[in-house]
Amino acid sequence: MNLANLLHNYEEAVAMILFGIGFSNLLLQKNLIKKIIGFNIMDTSMYLFLALKGFVEGRKAPIVVDGVQSVEAYINPIPSGLVLTGIVVSVSVSALMLSLTIRLYQRYHTLDLDEISTQLKKEGL
Amino acid sequence: MAFVQNFPFMSIILSLFSGPISSVLSGKKAKWLNMAVITVIGCMSGAVLAYVLGTGESYVYTMGHFSAPWGNEIRVGVLEAAMALFFCVIMLLSMLGGARERLLEIEESKQNLYYIMVNLLLCSLLALIYTNDLFTAYVFVEINTISACGLIMIRQNGRTIEAATRYMIMSLLGSGLLLLGICFLYDLTGHLLMSNIKEQVALLHQSGEYHIPLLVSVGLMSVGLAIKSALYPFHTWLPDAYGYSTLSSAAILSSLVSKGYIFLLVKIFYRVIGFDIVRDSKVVNVLFVFGLAGMILGSVSAIREGNIRRMIAFSSVAQIGYIYMGFGLGTVSGMIASIYHVVSHAATKSLLFVSASGITDVSGDSTDFFDLTGAGYRNKLAGVAFTVGSLAMVGFPMFSGFISKLLFAQAAVESVNKMLPTLIALAISTILNAVYFMKTVIRLYTPEKKAALEKKNFHSIKMWDQPSKSIALICFIALNILLGLSSDPVVSLIRSGLKMFT
Repeated sequence: MNLANLLHNYEEAVAMILFGIGFSNLLLQKNLIKKIIGFNIMDTSMYLFLALKGFVEGRKAPIVVDGVQSVEAYINPIPSGLVLTGIVVSVSVSALMLSLTIRLYQRYHTLDLDEISTQLKKEGL
Repeated sequence: MAFVQNFPFMSIILSLFSGPISSVLSGKKAKWLNMAVITVIGCMSGAVLAYVLGTGESYVYTMGHFSAPWGNEIRVGVLEAAMALFFCVIMLLSMLGGARERLLEIEESKQNLYYIMVNLLLCSLLALIYTNDLFTAYVFVEINTISACGLIMIRQNGRTIEAATRYMIMSLLGSGLLLLGICFLYDLTGHLLMSNIKEQVALLHQSGEYHIPLLVSVGLMSVGLAIKSALYPFHTWLPDAYGYSTLSSAAILSSLVSKGYIFLLVKIFYRVIGFDIVRDSKVVNVLFVFGLAGMILGSVSAIREGNIRRMIAFSSVAQIGYIYMGFGLGTVSGMIASIYHVVSHAATKSLLFVSASGITDVSGDSTDFFDLTGAGYRNKLAGVAFTVGSLAMVGFPMFSGFISKLLFAQAAVESVNKMLPTLIALAISTILNAVYFMKTVIRLYTPEKKAALEKKNFHSIKMWDQPSKSIALICFIALNILLGLSSDPVVSLIRSGLKMFT
């Protein structure tokens, strides 16, 4: 029963596995660039999940082109809107993280966060 | 519709637009614009509070006049308006108290950028307080994080950039979990507005359908917001971020940013899920355990710290632990105690940061514990203010901290299973608090030999040498004593506000 559910909803399962991969990369990687990649995987898996939840089999994207105005013809547009909002957020956060990484690299010539911490302790600031 | 009802919306828009306007102004003008905006928003929030208290019920403000399931909404009750007013007061005083440090520590060309960040931070805090839409809340949580990151790294040195990076990483983990929780809840209920979700969640709870996804969603949102507000095991970024950023940033971050997330969590518990369901789900027990751990281990770290600003930062970890412990009790009185502690901690912690900077000013800008000997004589007002803050943190009667500890203890007695651990942790944490704060106060009032003072070239500061900081300190002390002496109106305000939540 449970396995059948899992196989039926395999797209959602993939989204959750991707979320796990991204989350653990963001948490555990030492390299800052890998952390940012992990963050992007995490956010993208959320978009996959939302897009899946808004999708209805056999319906079209919610854009009226040929005059069909029945609700039955289109998929749910709200998750798509949420995905767009989420993309805007994650782009700005990625840009901020990358700029911080550049700053740190210019100062300490390494991308390893632990290495940076030890160098900071040596500086004794 | 009364004109006052527009004020919450106007205050969000006002702070949002004053950010971009600051970017084309000079540093000085941006500062005055920022002060004016905070003051105006404070007055508007006061008017809204008076209005809501007058009518005795909350109201919903539809954005763009789209009705309930589709449009975006703002919801205003007593607690929301009171929080907005309080946040404005604390922010204004923190900006006033740190004005001199900002001029010294931030580069000339970046002065106005600081005010953009502060304005956006205020905007996101107000939106978190007022919004009735979960996804809007998520977006403003991110805006809050980004602007807080800007506040940390505006003072450029290796430490702050590293602290900002660590802060961002932790925050991103937290907001990832929050987003996942919100998406789950949206899939289960099909709504994004808090009141609609609550109806559907109640139906789901009754029928017993989707019990586990609902539980997972509550857990994800709680943990996400707990990470963002630096609950104990997730606090590693906090001491550096508070310890090395410029003074107003440290005061604002410690007293407002984490409180915004906590307020959102209260809203999720009450307005989205329903407090009974949250209590039955046992998620609060997890928060309870981590809160207790934070209360004790945060204080232990503070005792071991030799840098006064990092010590105050570690004390924040302990205080956040208190707040989550109150949530964990799972009773209304525990919730009231937690919200009161949010208020009292915000008032006390910003007082401590500002007075600590007054103390280090007369000790050759050294934050080292032993250089502070006798600083209470060299800068009298800062010494008194630090003493008041310490006593409030320890829980001395007459100051705000005493009332919150009293409320926590009273709430603990009501819940049978959690009474003993709570009371024991409260007692231990109070003693530990007393150890490090009283140690510092005694150090401040230990006279230093004249020869040593001359050797180190320490000088004294009179009260009116730094007028803006003195005014801020006096206001903070007054606020603290006011909260401590007349706590009844505040507590009844919180109680009626929580009633309006349901």
